[in-house]
Amino acid sequence: MNRNIEVGALARVEGEGGLFIGLKDGKAVEVRLDIYEPPRFFEGFLRGRFLQEVPDITARICGICPVAYQMSGATALENALGIEVSPQAYALRRLMYCAEYIESHALHIYLLQAPDLLGQPSALDLAAIAPDVVRDALRLKKIGNQLLKAIGGRSVHPVNVCVGGFYRWPDAKSLQELLPELEWGLEAAKACVLWSATLPYPELEIDYEYVALHHPDEYAVIKGEVWSSKGSQLTVKEYETRYIEEHVRHSNALHSHTAEGGHYLVGPLARLNLNYEQLFPAARQAMHDANIQLPLLNPYKSLIARAVEVAHYYEEAIAIIKAYQPTGTAHLELRLKAGEGSGASEAPRGLLYHRYIIDDKGLVQFAKITPPTAQNLPRIEEDLFALAPQLVTMEHEAATLTAEHLVRAYDPCISCATHFLKLKVEEII
Amino acid sequence: MTDHKPKVAVYKFSSCDGCQLSLLNLEDELLELAGAIDIAYFLEATRTVKPGPYDIGIVEGSISTPHELERIKEVREECKFLIALGTCATAGGIQALRNFTKTEDLAWAVYAHPDYLHYLETATPIAEHVKVDLEIWGCPVNKYMVAEAIAALLQNRKPNFPQYSVCLECKRNGTVCVLVAHGIPCLGPATQAGCGAICPSNGRGCYGCYGPWNQANLEALTPTLEALDRQPGETFRLLRNFSGYAPSFRKAADTLLDKEAK
Repeated sequence: MNRNIEVGALARVEGEGGLFIGLKDGKAVEVRLDIYEPPRFFEGFLRGRFLQEVPDITARICGICPVAYQMSGATALENALGIEVSPQAYALRRLMYCAEYIESHALHIYLLQAPDLLGQPSALDLAAIAPDVVRDALRLKKIGNQLLKAIGGRSVHPVNVCVGGFYRWPDAKSLQELLPELEWGLEAAKACVLWSATLPYPELEIDYEYVALHHPDEYAVIKGEVWSSKGSQLTVKEYETRYIEEHVRHSNALHSHTAEGGHYLVGPLARLNLNYEQLFPAARQAMHDANIQLPLLNPYKSLIARAVEVAHYYEEAIAIIKAYQPTGTAHLELRLKAGEGSGASEAPRGLLYHRYIIDDKGLVQFAKITPPTAQNLPRIEEDLFALAPQLVTMEHEAATLTAEHLVRAYDPCISCATHFLKLKVEEII
Repeated sequence: MTDHKPKVAVYKFSSCDGCQLSLLNLEDELLELAGAIDIAYFLEATRTVKPGPYDIGIVEGSISTPHELERIKEVREECKFLIALGTCATAGGIQALRNFTKTEDLAWAVYAHPDYLHYLETATPIAEHVKVDLEIWGCPVNKYMVAEAIAALLQNRKPNFPQYSVCLECKRNGTVCVLVAHGIPCLGPATQAGCGAICPSNGRGCYGCYGPWNQANLEALTPTLEALDRQPGETFRLLRNFSGYAPSFRKAADTLLDKEAK
């Protein structure tokens, strides 16, 4: 049976791009994720800016995960200066990341991916049939945004992070006031883990190489080594020796591969599979109660991993706020010197790597930014090849939705990756 | 504005998604809002696409590719009332920094094959290309200003936006002036209010992300700031930033360049 399936534009993703799948004799012969999100050239215009401007500017790469861009950038520049922030500032950075994970994952779980699993075009349609689910979802998400605002002044492009720490310690009372909502959120997140395990995911298992930061003492977000499921363990400084970016013709986003030429997965599945041991107890208990087995190798089930992480970050946020007693100055005095530094952190969508070269006046001479979606794009294309035999057997609308759903399950941040998604599935005759 | 639920379309051009996210971040109001308007086209939120024409079009982002240049004209034609959302749409945003340099040089800094790319030399605000009925500034916008704009349209009135500078917000918050008391360069006196003066309340100077206030006296402010520069060029870079392509900030930064050239 020959057919052409065309969807105008892929919805419920961040940014814009297109997908082409050529099917022939029951197989995919060509898969292309076309990224036509306009290039914005961040690495270009970072040159000549003062290092303290970097967290503010790189935040603008992505309105959904600005904290990740601030953290990777600030950490890289601190490494270039040979300084490390105070333990209290570090805890506050983790708290800020907790907040970003909560709002970003809640947005993705409920507003972007769940409608696919529940057969609805959007969460607003879902609200008509399951108002309580959507109301709780919005509350879960709102708490993340409130926490982010309490630390950073606002939830999108917060203003408090600087190289060396924070501009000012947030007021302890404004954080503690959020504790009752966070306690509610932890219970709701545990329920979300149970619910996530009951959803009807399409069948697909991939033998991934997955890559994430790993730290023996904490669920790695800002500190740690770059670990791969295939055994590679590198320091962040060594990242570029194995993970290589390439510019392909059909995409305004760069594509990454390993030095051996393979494609790899970053994001919630990679983190959960590699870092289960470092999860807080409530998240592990929720996984146990929901009978979730690792490793999770179905890309659609990244929703489950996100739900587990939301539970983890609610619990961790509560712990950090209870221990929060800021003393001394919020940021280190910077002594400018020429240098080079790299930094990586786990953005909600996966590993985000930055490297900078600065001169003795603190001006950026060179910047390199590798966002998670640039690393995942070739992996998504490969997953679609693996999905093709199923697509061929499906009705037109179902095949289109299943392919779209796969792309959405990655929570691709196309705005990030370029620093529009148009879906086109067609059978090549 | 009409006797039926107004059909609303939300579009994205060159941007970070953060301003459209502000709509989804109206967690307490979202379901009510969705009841009051017909969300006919909003890709970040829904697969459902209802055909135009639309009563309200909300555009995020600036015009930076040949494709966008064509598309914005189509958007204008299918929308009765057009809102430019956020500083990318009102002033070009951070990517408008390319307007002051050779874009090809920037492309080489990022891409191995700039010839694969399709881009314009400049990133420009929506109003440079089509008529805009309302501008909401901010990087990102204040979500309550977006809700106010939609409410005002539904009630057939002008939106109630602040008409003063960030300074007034600091006074209202009881924030001690970072510029006068601490000598920290701050664009607050020349910047449109709306953010809540969050930078000064965090102990740092305003970086102008809500764009120039229409009564800004930059001739007076720029020399004051320059005298406080903690690194060479700090005031210049402060002006040439997120709202750097907005005419008054652009002119003030150009004046500093001319002065240096002499």
